[in-house]
Amino acid sequence: MTLNRRDFLKVSGAGAAAALTGCATTTGTSAARPHVVVVGAGFGGATCAKYLRQWGPNIDVTLIEPNDKFVSCPISNWVIGGLRTMDDITHSYDNLPRHGIKMVKDYVVAVDAAKRTVKTRGGATISYDRLVLSPGIEILTDTVKGFKEAEAAGKVVHAWKAGPQTALLRKQLEAMPDGGTFVMSVPMAPYRCPPGPYERICLVANYFKQAKPKSKIILLDGNPDIVSKKPLFTDAWNTLYPGMVEYRPNNAPIAVDGNKMVVTTEFDEVKGDVLNVVPRQRAGEVCAQAGVRNDSAGTWCTVNFATFESTTVPNVHILGDSILAPLPKSGHLATNHAKVCAAAIVELLAGRQPDPIPVIANTCYSATSGTTSGYVAHVYRYEAGKGYVAQPEGGATPKGSELIFTYQESWAKNIWANALD
Amino acid sequence: MYKTITLAFAGFVGLALTGIAGAADMHTKTIASTCMTCHGPGGHSKGAIPSLAGLEKDYFVKSMKDFKSGARAGTIMKRHASGYTDAEFEAMGAYFASLK
Repeated sequence: MTLNRRDFLKVSGAGAAAALTGCATTTGTSAARPHVVVVGAGFGGATCAKYLRQWGPNIDVTLIEPNDKFVSCPISNWVIGGLRTMDDITHSYDNLPRHGIKMVKDYVVAVDAAKRTVKTRGGATISYDRLVLSPGIEILTDTVKGFKEAEAAGKVVHAWKAGPQTALLRKQLEAMPDGGTFVMSVPMAPYRCPPGPYERICLVANYFKQAKPKSKIILLDGNPDIVSKKPLFTDAWNTLYPGMVEYRPNNAPIAVDGNKMVVTTEFDEVKGDVLNVVPRQRAGEVCAQAGVRNDSAGTWCTVNFATFESTTVPNVHILGDSILAPLPKSGHLATNHAKVCAAAIVELLAGRQPDPIPVIANTCYSATSGTTSGYVAHVYRYEAGKGYVAQPEGGATPKGSELIFTYQESWAKNIWANALD
Repeated sequence: MYKTITLAFAGFVGLALTGIAGAADMHTKTIASTCMTCHGPGGHSKGAIPSLAGLEKDYFVKSMKDFKSGARAGTIMKRHASGYTDAEFEAMGAYFASLK
């Protein structure tokens, strides 16, 4: 119990006192300082907390995050390919308190949407006027038979959340002999980072080309075709790594054996020296606790796209990979969801109407080698009744370039700064 | 809903016409913050992507219109510029010009 009730009341004022006693307040008209609790300090949550404070200086913001440091999924493929180190993608949260954000290192274990409280593993109960959930994905390791055992033994990783598995996959690739086979297996969309598998293949191929040129790569794709930036990646595989990459569509992972080092799909049994299996995913666990993992499969969260508020649970907003949307699950979009959501919450807490026509954009760079990258970019305009509508001229580059590689490097620094500086 | 939309448009078109720096409405601040995801928070970029803070408004507006029409070549900007209106270019231009 690190955050006691007195500390909390100090932060959140009378609005919280009312919530604790079960007396609902009309936050839009309350003279008290409203309190927004943000769960998860990734791209979505950290950015939302910052912009809430920037645009709503009268709002108290508590940001709950269990990890000590921010480890970026974007550029984590560069670590796997040996272009960067874990240090390069690991960043501190030290600057966030300077924005007046109260950081709480803890893990949310329960949400009471009626009483507007969250409970943490550390024993704190924290009240909110508005709750923002940005937990990222939960990886459904049970959906691939044998994965949990192979993962626990350190033999097979997904490396689909940046962290220790990123470093372990890099070590496995370094230890693999020249002439070995790297097998990657990915699920049907939707999953986090649509171009991620294909960028990973490019950067592992880039490493093999330099260090282990007799090696092979097999991509077992659960999708019927390359999901994102197909011309870009196909061009890279054909021109930069001819004969090295074998692409097999309609091959979602069913089972993996970490002792025999075999991946089984509906059509194939494939043996490899390094196996990288990415199971299916769903919205983070806290979304289930809040009752907002509410699409027909109970997998993702449906939101009002003008405010990112849950369509079923009032005062709970969801950002990033956890939402059901005809948009890519990208860190860039999570960052931009966060800004639209922060703006909407500032307006709602002030008793004003949120912007009825928000606009968001996605920009996603993927490296195709150690010196070249391509991108995909779209602008989406919100239209009532339709959600976000992709605007004309959005799309992807067909070929990587060195100039775009320098922009990808700059983009990463800037999006990290958006969330953390 | 109709009333809300009308008011919001009135707010941001009004700003666009008068070009009042530092008084940007929430729509303008939000779309400008979307630019900042690549161009750096506060419009201050790290690395190869240009900064936007303090750009002259006319230069910003002309650049965006030229990216949109194709008159100015670039890598990614035509795809972004095509998603915004001239009034939004004016409003964002005034906002970025106001940033130090």
